[in-house]
Amino acid sequence: MLVKKKGFDKALLGYRAYVLAFFVFLAAPLISAGTFAFNDSLFPALPWQGFTLSWFFGETEPKLGMFHDRRLLSGLYYSFIIAVMVSLLTVFIGTCNAFLFVRKDFPGKNIFYILMIVPLVIPGVILGISILVLASSLANGLENQYDFELELLRPGIFLVVVGQISFTTTITSLVIAAKLKKFDIAMEEAALNLGASTARVMRTVTLPFLRSAMIAAGIVAFLVSFENFNTTLFLVGSEAPLTITMFDRVHKVGSTPVLNAVSFFLMAGSGLLALLSILVQRDKSARN
Amino acid sequence: MQKDIKRLSLILLFAPFALWITLLILLPHVGMVILSLREKVAPRIYEYGFGNYIEFFNEPIYWNTLIRTGSMSLLVTVLALIIGFPIAYYIAKIAGPRMRGALFLLCLIPLWVSDLIRAFGWILLLRETGVVSGILQWTGIASGPIEMLYNDVTVIIGLVYTVILFMIVPLASTLDGMDNSMIEAGYNLGGRSVTVFRRIIIPYAMPGIASGCIIVFMLTAGSYLTPILLGGKNSSWFTEQIYDQFITRYNWESGAAFGMLLLAFTSIVVWLGLRLTGQTLANTVTKT
Repeated sequence: MLVKKKGFDKALLGYRAYVLAFFVFLAAPLISAGTFAFNDSLFPALPWQGFTLSWFFGETEPKLGMFHDRRLLSGLYYSFIIAVMVSLLTVFIGTCNAFLFVRKDFPGKNIFYILMIVPLVIPGVILGISILVLASSLANGLENQYDFELELLRPGIFLVVVGQISFTTTITSLVIAAKLKKFDIAMEEAALNLGASTARVMRTVTLPFLRSAMIAAGIVAFLVSFENFNTTLFLVGSEAPLTITMFDRVHKVGSTPVLNAVSFFLMAGSGLLALLSILVQRDKSARN
Repeated sequence: MQKDIKRLSLILLFAPFALWITLLILLPHVGMVILSLREKVAPRIYEYGFGNYIEFFNEPIYWNTLIRTGSMSLLVTVLALIIGFPIAYYIAKIAGPRMRGALFLLCLIPLWVSDLIRAFGWILLLRETGVVSGILQWTGIASGPIEMLYNDVTVIIGLVYTVILFMIVPLASTLDGMDNSMIEAGYNLGGRSVTVFRRIIIPYAMPGIASGCIIVFMLTAGSYLTPILLGGKNSSWFTEQIYDQFITRYNWESGAAFGMLLLAFTSIVVWLGLRLTGQTLANTVTKT
């Protein structure tokens, strides 16, 4: 124990109470968002009317459960598709970036490294509008010059994926680079000395070493994409991912406990994924 | 031969990075700058100039919103630091080794839950028919339902809640690296708690403080969901202004100008923060 002084016990007690209060503050909104999913009432509010699962599985109005709500389900589906694409692409680019910045030397490396980090400190709203502006002016240009309509550049799934990649790549690059820095280059040299080709060394020595960091980065990218709102808001077309669908309901219609059911489902899902990413990289260090 | 292969692999690794940064970050921002300098004088006829920016400064409601967003973000940053520092110190220095890991994980859990669900949880707690109002009536403290949403205090609480983890995590990891004997030495040399805190702990934690504050400020100034959902119509947050110009009024030119102003504003604050604390961007971001 640090800091042994008179009157310390009382102070420590107060300190502990403060920490406890903080964690209650941290948990309160999550608990309230999750618990009302099981309340047998049409409104997510007290009093407690008894336990029900109909906000998950209910088949008829007014208690239509999330698994029978067409718009929520399609939102979930689009979110999933987008998140998978974002996570695969960002892990690929992130791995290339890690090798580029850890292994290679080239002129202007420091400036390029700062460029790699900058997307994380640009507000998400700005990334969204800037990509929207560029894509739209390209699409308009093509239409006016060649009378050719490129649907891809209009708001929709493709632009959402592009927008999310723009900053998620920085995160995956940092996670994978941190792991690659710990790699002992002598292992590669040993394999090369034993006659393995460069490609084989990559496949059997280096990439297996990086695998845990790549999986963890992929999970982080998946979650970041799944819950992203600011960038997505400007790039979304008719195929709205879940956060957008949910926002519309919270904001405009007012809420029914089906939104609590979705919240509960998402919290449970991301909790499991987070646990998985921790288990994958047990040696803890790769996050920092 | 060997040299050619090296050069080829450098080019292959550089290509994804270059494509990502150029297509998704640099070009979109250049496009946005150009668009922000364009003014519509007649249908399909445009002129270039600073008209959109001049309009911003001529209309008090616009720059008031930016100043309001900036000052509230600053307040949120300070509050997050004051509330978060004792928690980070507790996690890093006072809790036992097993408790430490558990608390750290508890801190990270809300990080995996989207802003939307967190704001939704706050709405359920604080609105007129919400949990807190219900408890106050039940205990007899309040005689009727109380509406706690849609005011600045709630917006600030919600924002502090959303971003405080980004303050605690870098602080805790910085303090974790501090040798306990430094604090003990301070006491042994006769320093009082305040002196030890001010002369030893704070200077040591400075990199963590800088990185936490910068990220928190950036996230707050660029946030959209929390002010809109908890502040309602009165929130007047600058990102809402940008959304309004882009989506509601379809005035992309001035929307782009607003975006550039927000970007310039946050960049200046981040740069000042780095300058004042003597940190670099690379160190700051990799802390989180």
